[in-house]
Parts: sequence; C-alpha cells; structure tokens
Amino acid sequence: MSEETTIQKTEIAEAQDAAWSGGKEPFKASYGKLMMWYFIMSDAFTFAGFLIAYGALRFSVPTWPEPDFVFQSFPGGITGWPLIFVTLMTFVLIASSATMVRAVQEGQRENKKGVVFWLLMTIVGGSLFLGCQAWEWNQLIVKENMTLSVNPFSRHVDAGTYLAGDGYSIEAGDTFEPGDYYLIHKVDGEWNPIPYQAEDGSIRVQEFGPPAFGSLFYFITGFHGFHVLTGLIILLIITIQVANGVYVKRKNGYEMVEKVGLYWHFVDLVWVFVFLVFYLL
Amino acid sequence: MGHVNYEEGKKIVLKGLLLLAFVTVAEVFIALLGKGYVNSGFYLPRWFIYLAMVGLSLYKAYFIMGEFMHLRYEVKGLVSSILLPFLLLVWAIIALLWDGSHWGQQREDVKSPYQIERQGTILDESEIEDILDTREMLD
Repeated sequence: MSEETTIQKTEIAEAQDAAWSGGKEPFKASYGKLMMWYFIMSDAFTFAGFLIAYGALRFSVPTWPEPDFVFQSFPGGITGWPLIFVTLMTFVLIASSATMVRAVQEGQRENKKGVVFWLLMTIVGGSLFLGCQAWEWNQLIVKENMTLSVNPFSRHVDAGTYLAGDGYSIEAGDTFEPGDYYLIHKVDGEWNPIPYQAEDGSIRVQEFGPPAFGSLFYFITGFHGFHVLTGLIILLIITIQVANGVYVKRKNGYEMVEKVGLYWHFVDLVWVFVFLVFYLL
Repeated sequence: MGHVNYEEGKKIVLKGLLLLAFVTVAEVFIALLGKGYVNSGFYLPRWFIYLAMVGLSLYKAYFIMGEFMHLRYEVKGLVSSILLPFLLLVWAIIALLWDGSHWGQQREDVKSPYQIERQGTILDESEIEDILDTREMLD
C-alpha cells in the first residue's frame, strides 16, 4: 500500500467520523418538536382517509342530504339559519388557536403568568367549541332522530306532489322537484314518512336517506371532537405544570407549550377541512 | 422563535385571528349567496362555489400552518419532509371520487327497469327480417 492511498483513507475515515458522530441538526428542531410534526402528519392522513371516504360515498348516492338543510338550527329553537351556528363554532376554535399562539409567545419571553393566562383562555375556547358540538349532536340525535344506521335526511330523485302534511314544513298538495330535500319526522315515537304521487302517477312514500351520512357525520366529527377533548386534557396538565414552575427550570423558552401548541393548531387545521367537506360543499 | 420580536408577534396573532374569521365569513357568505339564500332567485354557478370554498380553505390551512404552526420559519428540509407526502392525497382524492361516481352509476343501472332495452339498439321488424335473412344465407 503506497503512502498516498493511506493518507486518502485516513481523510475519508475522518470525514465519515465527522458526519456520523452526530451533533449536527439538519432540521434545526428538537427531537420532541420534530416527532410532534410527524405525529400530526400521520394523524392528518387518518382524517384525510375519513374525508375522502365521505366524498366517495357522497358521489355514489343521488339522495345525499343537503348540508344547508341539515345544519340550519341555532340555539333558542331557531331554524332556517343555514350554517350560522357552525360558523360560530369555527370562529371559537380559531380564536382558541390565536390565544394558543399568545401562550407560546409569552413562553418565549419566560413570562410564567402570561403563559398560564393564555393557556387558560385556550382551554375556555376549546371547551366552548366542545359545548357547541355537544349541542349540535343533541339536536341531531334527540330532535332529528339521526342514528348511526338510520338517516331521516334525504332528497327526491323525481318530481311529485305530497298527499299529506307532516305538521312541520310540508303540507298536502305541495309539489317538489328532483333534488329537493326533506327530513322524515317522528310522530309519537313512530316514523312518519309522507306519501306522495310521483310524476309517473305512482303513489310512493318518502324513503330514508343513505345511512352512511349519519355514521360518517358521527364518526368524523366525533373523532375530531375526541382530538379536541384530549387536547384540552393535555392543555390542562401542561397549564398545571407551567403554574408549578416545571418549565422555568428547563430554561428552553417553554418548549413544551410550543409542542402542545402544535397539536392544538392541528385540531384547528383539521376543522378547516371538516368544515369544508361537511358543511360548505 | 427568534425571527420576529415580541410586539410584531402579537400583531401577527391579531392579524391572523381577523383574517381567518374574515375568510370563514366570506366562505359562508359565498355558499349562502350562491345557493340563493341571501337574494332569492340569485344563484352562482356550482363550480364557482366549489372552487371558492376549496381555494379559501386551502388558504386558511396555509396561514395556520405557516404562521400559527410556524412552519414558514422552519428549515426547508423539515418543511418538505412534512408537506411533500401530502402529494399522495392528490391521487387518492381523484381516484376515490372517480370510483364513487362509478358506484353511483352502477347503482342507477341496477335499479333501472329499462336496463335491458338500454343495452342494445331497438330494431324494427324489417331490420329483424334482414338480419334473419343474412343468417340463413350464411348457414
């Protein structure tokens, strides 16, 4: 072996040592933050799977319910306000995301009181959102009788004339066009689908809508609500830790608050798409 | 953080809150206006509503990830390792929505009582005779 190649080999070994001995941070992010990001990514794929399944099933049924009609109630017994309540919910969640950013900022200047205050504001916002969701679920379960397997919301595929009223919005003699939507009500605990005469002269009765609508609604908004709930529990734990001064000793600008913040913003981010797919489109 | 000072950061939060709230209200307004709830008899084309909804929602997602989740200020490698995998969803969306509408078409075909007539051309008597004659000649 000549002297030259020996030198080259040493140089290569040194370079390899330098590259493989660690200590470099190509992503300039801590392990915890990086893993939180990758967890968020995988969770986002789960939600994407759910929402795409919703899209595929919706495209496969002509009687898919109209969101403006399903989500038109507002607390206080008000109906006929399409999407207004869910807009309010969305705003509450966005606001709680903004207060979370404030908590992270106060953490960076090591201001313990500020962090606790803004974390508490975030918890208030998140709880309000969850409360709104509980109200919406209650509306659908108790008043509109939608379950995982029975969906009373549907849409006509042909034109016709109602032969009876339902005591709500339908009266005998009302006509409808293909694409018009309806909700089958219960009378004294029994389903009360309304008979109608279709265009071809046949007498038919209102049919239930695709059950996938109900199950997907409860599963997807429930899965999101579960994320909000776990987020709230984590926020509560971290707030107590902050108040006890656990992160003062770490002197890393309250990085834990930042990581929890990432998760909380993710919950908001997912809601943007749930809102889009379930309510807007 | 280190990229912006404290006062600027506070401003970004307020700006973000107002911006996201405004975009959300705009989305709902376009949805209600386009479907004839605001001004009865006035409708926007469906494709415009869908495009506006998806576009504005993606903008909201961009803002939340960029500013609130701070992704804009991270190293490029980190950003791409998080965002590039989402390209997989592009095909997932196209393929499954496509498939979904195909299931819908099949459902229609199965339900339709005219299915058998629809599959072939209806022939009149002279045409049937012609075909039968041709068959005899071939035999």
